[in-house]
Amino acid sequence: MLKRIARHGLTLIATALLGGLLAAALVRLAPGFDVDEQQLDSHLNSESVQAIRQTRLDQHNIFRFYFHSLQRAVHGDLGTSLSLGQPVSTLLRERAPLTLRLVGIGLLLSWAVAMSLALSAAWLRVSAYDALTTVISGTFLCIPAAVLALLSVLWNVPGALAVGLIVFPRVYRYARNLLAKAYSLPHIITARAKGLSELRILFWHVVPVAAPQLLAVAGVSVSIAVGAAIPVEALCGLAGVGQLAWQAALARDLPLLMNITILVTLVTLLANSGADVVGHLLPGQEA
Amino acid sequence: MKFWRVAACAVLLIVVGGSLSANWLAPSGYARQYREAAGAPPSHQHWLGTDDIGRDRFARVLYGTRISLLLAPAAALLSTLMAALVGGLAGYLGGAWARSAMAVTDLFLSLPWLFLLITVRAIMPLNVSPLFSVLVTFLMLGLLGWTSAARVLCSTAGSLRESDFVRQARASGVRGARLFWIHVLPNLKPVLYAQFWISIPAFILSEANLGILGLGVAEPMPSWGSLLKELEGLISVGEEPWKFVPLVLLVIVVTSFQFVLSKQEEVAA
Repeated sequence: MLKRIARHGLTLIATALLGGLLAAALVRLAPGFDVDEQQLDSHLNSESVQAIRQTRLDQHNIFRFYFHSLQRAVHGDLGTSLSLGQPVSTLLRERAPLTLRLVGIGLLLSWAVAMSLALSAAWLRVSAYDALTTVISGTFLCIPAAVLALLSVLWNVPGALAVGLIVFPRVYRYARNLLAKAYSLPHIITARAKGLSELRILFWHVVPVAAPQLLAVAGVSVSIAVGAAIPVEALCGLAGVGQLAWQAALARDLPLLMNITILVTLVTLLANSGADVVGHLLPGQEA
Repeated sequence: MKFWRVAACAVLLIVVGGSLSANWLAPSGYARQYREAAGAPPSHQHWLGTDDIGRDRFARVLYGTRISLLLAPAAALLSTLMAALVGGLAGYLGGAWARSAMAVTDLFLSLPWLFLLITVRAIMPLNVSPLFSVLVTFLMLGLLGWTSAARVLCSTAGSLRESDFVRQARASGVRGARLFWIHVLPNLKPVLYAQFWISIPAFILSEANLGILGLGVAEPMPSWGSLLKELEGLISVGEEPWKFVPLVLLVIVVTSFQFVLSKQEEVAA
């Protein structure tokens, strides 16, 4: 188990670092990167303009820039946002709680609705009910995330509900299929033949079979929820990390975008690795 | 289920047919302004009313549908080809090639799709001609959307590499590119076909998301994303319900795709 955790940890760090490098490289290679509007400010003297150019020159070599950024990050300095003029660490610290709350509540809502519908559909086994739940989830699956965010503004409902509705159909789809697959296993027929109640079959014989894969879905759903937070925060005017990512992308803010990419990669990988490790800790799974 | 699949196919055909007939159904075009009727409600002249600068909404829906429905398959084709190249070859070659390719794939997959899209789209020039913005948007979808398909293809190609008929071919002296083109690639076709069809609705929705966030197709060119951006200015749902027509059409088209693709998804899985 320790070996598994160590392997996950190494993969996580390597992927997050590569993700940061990728974001930095993309922004650096973007057309117009060397141009800074500040250079056109007539109030600045030639030394100031030269200083701005020098700052940009330091960012010319992407590997050197990235290495220096990582060195500073080890000491807690994540750099300064070019567009907002504030330390990146302060911006992330201020905005992270809102995003965590939004994503957390959204995930709770989506899982509550998805599992209630999937479990009831698996337990009742009424085709009309199954079709109804599939239609409901399918409808939400066909609506763009940004439209759900706009509708939440229009109906004045919390952004977390929009995140929940974006994540719910994806979770429901997997959960329903996993439960249906588990229900078709031979030991369920045996359990039913032995006269076990449907409720007992569901919670003692179906859910434990589907649990490891459901945990994997839980890991993936974190990534979906983080992605959903971007349009929800951007369109609902919520000052979270999602909105910050949006602003950083529009302003081509290299330090901010790089740090957010590392943070997002870390969160999603941590969720996936956590789900995998917990899945292997479940009884009946290989150590 | 068969009935619904046939009905979904019929709906898609009608929508595609309608959008391809835009030149006849809305001969005035998507950019013509009726300044005396800006923001007008539906009328005999403008079936879905006009937008804030007086352009006929029905014409814009037709042309926007055409752009989304023609370019999403093009982007899907590009992403499927890339997935075949990266995933198929990596699975066929195996070893370090497969591990490296899957590491890159994992890196892309570790980032939420929308986050990746807005980051890459924002890096590209934003003040570009409408036609260029259309190309950039769908090209980007095609170039970034191959990762999950590559994973499936890598695993399928890996199992094909170890299959009896490939071993037999190898034993008969077939090697390298010939083995891949003649014996492996044709057997990847069902998965490639499924991945292609699955990508289309995903790309349609992605373009809509980008359009609403202001990173999609540039004005005056219409697309579902730019048409849905109009919803931003609404105060209540009942105020101007005709503004929801692009959304209803988008949901109908994507739902139809879901019905048509229900079999393809099983193949892709």
